[in-house]
Amino acid sequence: MSNPAMTAETLYDAEAASARRRWVTSRVIIYAILILFSLIYILPLIVVILNAFRDLPEINHNGLIAWPQSFNPDYWRQAWDTYCVGGTCAGVKGNFFNSLAMTIPATIISTALGAINGYILSKWKFKGSDILFGCMLLGVFVPGQLSLMPWAYLLGKIHLTNSVYGLILIHCVQGVSFTTLFCRNFYINIPDDLIKAARIDGAGFWRILWKIILPISPPILIVTIIWQFTGIWNEFLFGVIFTSGTQQPITAALVALGSGGLSVHAYNVASAAVLIGAFPPLLVYFLGGKYFVRGLTQGAIK
Amino acid sequence: MASLTIRNAFKNYGAVEVLKGVDIEAKQGEFIALVGPSGCGKSTLLAMIAGLESVTGGEIWIGDRMVNSVAPKDRDIAMVFQSYALYPTMTVRENMLFGMESRNVPKAEQKEAIERVSNLLQIQALLNRKPGQLSGGQRQRVAMGRALVRDPQLFLFDEPLSNLDAKLRVEMRTEIKKLHHRVGKTTIYVTHDQVEAMTLASRIAVMHQGQVQQFDEPQTVYDRPSNMFVAGFMGSPSMNFIPAQLVDDGGKTAVAIKSGSGEPAKLALYNGAASRAAGKDVILGVRPEHLFRYHPDLKAQKPGLATLTVPVELVEPTGAETMAVMKVGDVEIVGRFDPDGAPQMGENITLGVDMSHACLFEPSTQRLI
Repeated sequence: MSNPAMTAETLYDAEAASARRRWVTSRVIIYAILILFSLIYILPLIVVILNAFRDLPEINHNGLIAWPQSFNPDYWRQAWDTYCVGGTCAGVKGNFFNSLAMTIPATIISTALGAINGYILSKWKFKGSDILFGCMLLGVFVPGQLSLMPWAYLLGKIHLTNSVYGLILIHCVQGVSFTTLFCRNFYINIPDDLIKAARIDGAGFWRILWKIILPISPPILIVTIIWQFTGIWNEFLFGVIFTSGTQQPITAALVALGSGGLSVHAYNVASAAVLIGAFPPLLVYFLGGKYFVRGLTQGAIK
Repeated sequence: MASLTIRNAFKNYGAVEVLKGVDIEAKQGEFIALVGPSGCGKSTLLAMIAGLESVTGGEIWIGDRMVNSVAPKDRDIAMVFQSYALYPTMTVRENMLFGMESRNVPKAEQKEAIERVSNLLQIQALLNRKPGQLSGGQRQRVAMGRALVRDPQLFLFDEPLSNLDAKLRVEMRTEIKKLHHRVGKTTIYVTHDQVEAMTLASRIAVMHQGQVQQFDEPQTVYDRPSNMFVAGFMGSPSMNFIPAQLVDDGGKTAVAIKSGSGEPAKLALYNGAASRAAGKDVILGVRPEHLFRYHPDLKAQKPGLATLTVPVELVEPTGAETMAVMKVGDVEIVGRFDPDGAPQMGENITLGVDMSHACLFEPSTQRLI
C-alpha cells in the first residue's frame, strides 16, 4: 500500500463529493429525457415491425399497439407476392421493382449531370454562367406540384404516360437543380490552380474531370446519391398521378393500401408492405450515413 | 535568339486596365524576375505567357512562334504555382506522370524522365506518397519536379516560395538558383520579394501599375534605379529621399539640403561638373548603407564623401547592424550602421554621405536625372 493512495482515501473533501453528486444527478436526468424521446421516435417503427408478424384476429382483438402473442412471417410473403393492390393480386413486388427501375437510373443520371454542371459552373465559367446557375437554383425552391401540368402535357406528347421511363425523365429533370447546387458548391472550393496546372500539363475538359475532379468528389457524390435516391424513392405525387396499376412505383402502391375501400384492413400485410417499401432508402442511409453528414457540412460550410 | 518576347502587351478586365504596354525580352537561358507590389500585374502577365489569360493587345512570342492564340499545353512551357497545385489524389509519381501521359510521351521516356528528375531533386523516397503526406518544402520540390519532367522551352514560377517559412524560403531560393545553373532553361519568375529577385535573377523587370518601370540587371536596378518607385521598392530599408536644390559650390555642383534652422548643408556631387543648372529643385536619393559616422580617415577610402549633421531620433539594433532614424529638415532618413560606433538616441551625429552612390530625381516626374 503506497502512501499517497492512503491519504487520497482518508481525506474527505465535502466540496468535491457534493460536486460529484450534482454531476451524477444531472447526468441521470439528461439521459432519462434522451431515452424517453428516443422511445417516442422509435415507437412507430417498432409497432409496424411487430404488427408485420402478428395474426389479424389478434390485432383486431388486442389493438394495434400491443405486445405480440403470435409470430407469423408468412405476411411478408403475402405482401410481396399475393396481396391485392389496386385490383391486381400479385403483392407489391412488381411495384418494388418499378421503384428500383425508376430510382437507380434517375439517381445515376441526375447525379452525373449535376457533377458535370457543377464542374462547368465552377471551373469553366463563361459569360452569364452565374446567372444560369441562379436560374437553376430556382428549381430547388419551386414546389414539384407546380410542374404537374407541364409534365402531363409533355409526357402525353412524347408518349411516356403511365411508364417508368416517364418517371425517370421527370426525376432527372426535377433533381438536376439539387445535384448541380451540391456539386457546384463543392467544386467551387477546389483551387483553380489545379485546373490551370492540368491545362498546362495538356489535359482537356473531360480528362481534368475524370482524372482530377472526380477522384476528389466521393464525399459530395455520396451525399448527392443518398439525397437523390431517398428523394426519388419516397416521392409519390408524380407516381400517383402519371402511373397506375402495374406501372406504379411502390410509394404510389402503398397509397392504395390506405384507401382499400371495401376489403377488411389487413394491418399485418400492410405493415410488411410498408416495411418493404421503406427498406431501400434505409439501407442506403445506413451504408452512407456517415459520409452524408460529413459531405453536407463540407459542401455547405467550407 | 530570344526565347521569350513580349511586345506592347495590354490586358483589360472590362474597363480596368491591368497591363498597359509591357515590353520584355528574355534571352536563351536567362532568369528573369518580374517583381512588384501586389496588384502591379506581374501574375497576370505570367498567366498570359502561360496562356491561362487571353491577351487584350500586343504580342507574346515563345522562341520564334507567336503564341497569342496557342493553347497552354502547346506552348512548350512548365509552370510552378504558389499553391503548388499538386493533384491531391495522385502520388508524387503520378503527379509527375500526368502531363507526360496527357501528351502521350512513350512509356520508356516517361520512366527515364521520372528517374532523372527525382535524382536531380532528391525526391526518390517520396515517389509513392500523396501530396497530403509531404511537408511544405517537399511539396515545393515535387511541384518543381512536375515542371522539370517536361523539359520545356520556358519555366514559369508564380511566387513559388511565398508559402514557405522564412528559413525554408532561403534554402529553397538557393536550391532554385543551383537548379537553374544546372538546367540552364529560360525562366520567368514572379515574386513580390525584392531580395528573391535580386539573388536569383539575371535581369529584373520591376513592375508598377501595369507597366515595367525598369528592366535591367539586378545591380543596375539597385544602383541606378530609373525612378523613385524602383528606388523605393528595391532594397530594405528603402532608399532615403531628401528634397534638395542644386547649387554652385565653388565651381562644382552641389545639393543644398535644409536641415533645421540656419544655413543649408551643401553636399558636393561626386561627378559634379558645373554643368548642371543651379537653383533647380531635385530629390536626393541615398541608400541607408551609404550613410556613415563621419571620420576624417573615411574620406581617403571614399572620395565622394560629403558631410551632414543631423539629430538621431530612434535607434533599432538588429544584431548584425543597427538602424538609426534621423531627421533632415522635415523628412526622416534611415541609416544602416555597424553596431560598433552606432549612433545614440538624441545624439547630433555628423554623417558621411557617400555621394558616389547617391541618385538625383526630378521632383515632378520622379525620374532619375
